[in-house]
Amino acid sequence: MAVRISIRTADYDVEGQMAQQSTPPQWSTGKSPLRHGDVPFRAGTVALASAVVLLVFAVAWMLYTSSQEARTAFGWDLLFGSTWNPVETELNPVSFGGWPAVRGTLLSALIALIIAAPLAVAIGIYLAELCPPVLRTPLSFLVELLAAVPSVIYGVWGVFVFVPFFSSAVAEPLSATVGAIVPWFAGPIATGRGLIVTGIILALMILPTIASLTRDVLRLVPNTQREAMLAIGATRWETIWLAVIPYSRAGIIGAIMLGLGRALGETMAATMLVGNTQRISESLFAPATTAASLVANELTNSVSSLHESALISVAFALFGITLFLNFGARLLIWFVERNTRGGRS
Amino acid sequence: MRTFNYRRRKLVDQLMRGLSALATGCAVIPLIAIIGYVLTIGSGAMSWSFFTDVYQPPSNAPEATADAPAVAYDPNDPFANLTVEPEAGTTGSTEDVTNVYNASPRGGVLHGILGTLTIAGIGLLFALPIGIFAGIYLSEFRNERFATIVRFCCDVLSGSPSIVAGVTIYVLVVLQTQQFSAVAGSMALAILMIPIVTRTTEEMLKLVPETMREAARGLGAPTWYSTFTVVLPAALPGIVTGVMLAFARGAGETAPLILTVLGSNIISTDIFKPMAALPLLTYRYTESPYPGENTQAWGAAFVLMMLVLLMNILVRVATRKSGGNSR
Repeated sequence: MAVRISIRTADYDVEGQMAQQSTPPQWSTGKSPLRHGDVPFRAGTVALASAVVLLVFAVAWMLYTSSQEARTAFGWDLLFGSTWNPVETELNPVSFGGWPAVRGTLLSALIALIIAAPLAVAIGIYLAELCPPVLRTPLSFLVELLAAVPSVIYGVWGVFVFVPFFSSAVAEPLSATVGAIVPWFAGPIATGRGLIVTGIILALMILPTIASLTRDVLRLVPNTQREAMLAIGATRWETIWLAVIPYSRAGIIGAIMLGLGRALGETMAATMLVGNTQRISESLFAPATTAASLVANELTNSVSSLHESALISVAFALFGITLFLNFGARLLIWFVERNTRGGRS
Repeated sequence: MRTFNYRRRKLVDQLMRGLSALATGCAVIPLIAIIGYVLTIGSGAMSWSFFTDVYQPPSNAPEATADAPAVAYDPNDPFANLTVEPEAGTTGSTEDVTNVYNASPRGGVLHGILGTLTIAGIGLLFALPIGIFAGIYLSEFRNERFATIVRFCCDVLSGSPSIVAGVTIYVLVVLQTQQFSAVAGSMALAILMIPIVTRTTEEMLKLVPETMREAARGLGAPTWYSTFTVVLPAALPGIVTGVMLAFARGAGETAPLILTVLGSNIISTDIFKPMAALPLLTYRYTESPYPGENTQAWGAAFVLMMLVLLMNILVRVATRKSGGNSR
């Protein structure tokens, strides 16, 4: 970091004393207008910082007011009602029940979490504790790079590569054998798009997030903790399992919660892979929908202000859940950081 | 301890260490596969016209030239050329339809590249002042209680789903103006960029040694003067890093753009009108029934991935170099 603080050497004579004719820097005389700069400086930074706070409140307030119409009309049915029918027909009245979307969101995120959490924690452990130093930097770099890949690219890969592979290699044999007994794996497999492929792709997407956070949290564990364990004759794994992980458990849970938040709110991969249908099917292979993809698909095509309002309340619920998860996760990670700082000093 | 059986403990140790290495391997493989597929299939879609041409409807008719344009588009109507009609020399029979279906991809994604750069660039213009000044506030007045609130709000913004940013701008801007527009998309992206710029600025300013601030203060400089002339220049490479990461994040986002920018088939220079963007094209071409357009989806994904990855790698190299200098 290069810093230039220019000192006017010409102002000093050989003995290092200030020459008579020199003028001290303007701001040091106390007469310069520069010294008044601090008040507007602080005010300016505070103003723009409060713009961030304002933004959060604006988002929350907008979601709250714009969803009012649907919330007063349907109440909790918006989340737990089972029919979503924006257009009135002779047979079906207009009804906005978001359960198919809520169910799809929860199930796909759950699948993602079940797959990704153990793997990601293992990766975090490997990167922080076990990895040979030569591999550490490139592997960490790779993990961080993968967290930066746009979600639409995961979607493209899922649609063209993973879905055909999965439906021919896993879904069809499974539905033909186990599917007759377990309704979760029942066929038929039509397009191959459905909850389980969405869950798997979401798992791939949240894997780098959880892994890199876990690694960061594990690195905060003071070395004395490890050394003490090794000194009494523990193996490397016992050290990790009994000394390192308990120390950072809260942080790891926080990392998993952040991953869950990302899986719940992920839009593009879900929209491209989930199949987008409001029909609830017991089979995980069948198409479904998620809250985020419902909003992405229907908001710009909404047929009435009630429809729009119902979609915004789905987004409101999504915002609320992720807000809650983030709050919890940050709290846990912050808790670990504070504790480890105490441990080091 | 549960057991003192040494051999068993050693076995467990090796097993678990092996398992975590295996887990890393298992997870890295599909992730590398994604990058590999995009690079190999995507580079197959590359051609000169892919970078110099805009959308062309799938067709068997000879390529349109400057002298004889196939369809005259109304530049103000983004849907003008979405419908495929039987062209001159074809009858619209089943055979023709099959031929059109199997036609090799035509046209390119120049409009998408320009659109993404425009939308993400304007988004950055919105995000920069707020992000950098909020970052300065968080770093230079870090002990104030309000700073904690700002920090938490940043985390909320960076953790909330990108679709929420889209919905917000859709309601506040698109519905109010009754117009999908590139600027609305930029605003939605700015919401996602602000927390990234803020937090990197804060972290980078915190890395500047306190002694530098003290030195400036010792010379009599007021806080604002030392911040702008001493602290900020010292942290500049890091801040630029954060800005680039924010740009990469914004360029890759799709969901907010669906709700705000809508997309377009032509090069649009009016930022108050719908515009094309690479992620939108990737999405639309993926869902397209034409195999030719599916190939172009890979191509668009390739360009997008290159943009994002190059930026990330560049950032990584740049920060490593500056980190080495400071030591």
